[in-house]
Amino acid sequence: MIRVTRKLEFSAAHFYHNPNFSAEENRRIFGKCNNPHGHGHNYVLEVTVAGEPDPATGMVLDLKELKDILQREVADRMDHRHLNYEVPELAGKIPTCENIAAAIWQLLEPKITKGHLDRVRVHESEDLFADCTGEPNGAGGRR
Amino acid sequence: MSAALKISLTRRYRFAASHRLYSAAFSAEENKRLYGKCGNPYGHGHNYFVEVTVTGTVDPETGMIANLGELDPFVQSAVIEPFDQRYLNEEVAEFRQSVPTTENVCREIYRRLESFPAARLEKVRIEETSNNSFEFSGEPGRVRPETR
Repeated sequence: MIRVTRKLEFSAAHFYHNPNFSAEENRRIFGKCNNPHGHGHNYVLEVTVAGEPDPATGMVLDLKELKDILQREVADRMDHRHLNYEVPELAGKIPTCENIAAAIWQLLEPKITKGHLDRVRVHESEDLFADCTGEPNGAGGRR
Repeated sequence: MSAALKISLTRRYRFAASHRLYSAAFSAEENKRLYGKCGNPYGHGHNYFVEVTVTGTVDPETGMIANLGELDPFVQSAVIEPFDQRYLNEEVAEFRQSVPTTENVCREIYRRLESFPAARLEKVRIEETSNNSFEFSGEPGRVRPETR
């Protein structure tokens, strides 16, 4: 099995706020990420697809196709957007990199038809990233 | 929905420290052969990067596996403060008994972080230089059933 990874950078705004918490709790739990004006990151997404290379093409999947999928599913939805207000997949969720990775997994998983989605890694900064690797005993005994 | 997905969070930390690779169990000749220039008796140093990976349930109220407001100070006091700007062989008690190779440093940092209460430690990865990195995910025999 071969793993192929494609990177995509997108820039977005967010802040952390839970309406179930008091203003005081929001400040204590989320610290400066609670600033209601929001702040932003240059997110770096790494998407890994695993599979056997097609003997005719030598490819697990055409990276151009993957690039188009990432553009459509992720960049068009999230790039230069406010994650709290403009991305339905994150509605009602705190847009942490854990939740962003899970949302991107769910967007991409059904779209990857050659090979299978192996890992979604979302870097919020060079010192922080979240990985989503699907269901622990995922479909088809993949993992 | 996302509760069923396996998610991990990785945070990168850094410390600078000196060390020397030398074991009293070997002769001077053997030390030289084994550790080469890393055995220089005056020691040498690295800018270490430490990646700490934790897993667990994403709390639906906070969207987090672990709050960095808890993880950062825990790692700071368990690892960064005692290791940063130190001579590992002399100033970290564990390395009076074992050679501070990055394999052993990795295992020691894992041991110090394993008790982090808010999430499960999955992996410690250290870059000793941009060319060398080491990972430790716990001893293979120690299966923690909730992990998989």
